[in-house]
Amino acid sequence: MQLPDDSTLTTDGLETDSPTGRVLLLACGALAREILDLIKLNNWSHMDLTCLPAIFHIHPEKIAPAVQEAVKKHRENYEQILVAYADCGTGGILEQTCNELGVEMIAGPHCYSFFEGNDRFAEISEDEFTAFYLTDFLVRQFDAFVWKPMGLDRHPELRDMYFGNYEKLVYQAQTEDQALTAKAQECAERLGLAFERRFTGYGDLATALGKY
Amino acid sequence: MSDDQDDIILAELDDEELVQQMFDDLYDGLKEEIEEGVQILLDRGWEPYKVLTEALVGGMTIVGHDFRDGILFVPEVLLAANAMKGGMAILKPLLAATGAPRMGSMVIGTVKGDIHDIGKNLVSMMMEGAGFEVVDLGINNPVENYLEALEEHKPDILGMSALLTTTMPYMKVVIDTMIEQGLRDDYIVLVGGAPLNEEFGKAIGADAYCRDAAVAVETAKEYVARKHNQMSA
Repeated sequence: MQLPDDSTLTTDGLETDSPTGRVLLLACGALAREILDLIKLNNWSHMDLTCLPAIFHIHPEKIAPAVQEAVKKHRENYEQILVAYADCGTGGILEQTCNELGVEMIAGPHCYSFFEGNDRFAEISEDEFTAFYLTDFLVRQFDAFVWKPMGLDRHPELRDMYFGNYEKLVYQAQTEDQALTAKAQECAERLGLAFERRFTGYGDLATALGKY
Repeated sequence: MSDDQDDIILAELDDEELVQQMFDDLYDGLKEEIEEGVQILLDRGWEPYKVLTEALVGGMTIVGHDFRDGILFVPEVLLAANAMKGGMAILKPLLAATGAPRMGSMVIGTVKGDIHDIGKNLVSMMMEGAGFEVVDLGINNPVENYLEALEEHKPDILGMSALLTTTMPYMKVVIDTMIEQGLRDDYIVLVGGAPLNEEFGKAIGADAYCRDAAVAVETAKEYVARKHNQMSA
């Protein structure tokens, strides 16, 4: 499967090719690259991938209705569908939707949590709630997901109203990529935050997919 | 809103035109112009409370409606709030000195584990604008902070805010503790924050969920009036 560029994943997501597998992964566009890597790495040839627009990350109210529509569209072509989303700011609505549709989703509050590992994230979150997290995808798409939607391109003076209570930017690295690390560090500087890089790999995403 | 700011001399406008211009300036987030407008109205003998309600709150109400209707977004609302804050800073000491009408009082804070305060700050400001005395506890408040503040200030309202789905359940911890200590019915409990909804507010035992700052003000007024009516009945 050809991976579209990040801008396409952000606004359009990813259409699956004609169905060949028995399991469909219905994922956030922000996870497309990581999931395709895992499929390739593990030779999970029974899996197909389709993605909703990654920009739903900042419009969580759009996730559950879009998942519902996509499950209905694809379900007759697959034995199983895994919704590769965590709660992602839907406040339990996505879980409710998945239960009604009879499909499973990934455990945890959001991708930062399952990349870190849900158990570990729960442990550290009490001490780390002043951290702002970015994944590989979000570092690459920092302007589209953070800078511009918050109006910081037009009104940089708003930065401290948004980020004044944060202390550090934690870059959860899925891959070893020096250029991306440098960009993440630059993101931290732009936000006026300390920088920490933490290699997480694919965390619980790999485990969740491996069950299928 | 207007493209010809440079051509307008605020001091040359009559009162009605000036208030309309201040609505535009608030909408455009022009802090210095708002501060200037407030000063001009005060110099013309307007009561501070009148400046607050007619010029600032009136303008922010338009901003609030356009935010609710999807015409304005968070950055624009923040700029408008920042402009209003500039005007409020001039008016606040004068309001205290001139004994402006008092609608009631509120203790407000973001819950434990949550550092997000944009919505809470907007609510605080709009509540102050509506004549409420507000004690703002800031961010990351454990239940003890709320209880101490209730004991100390005896407000009409407790307001709690959360932005995260992982922190919003803490509101129930606070309300349950209030129930355990027999305090729950002494206060109006209002909750708000992006991931909340009316159903959640009911489920945790709050009196009301407030979708935005404007709704918070209206809800607070309604509940305080009801509370006062009950007390005087």
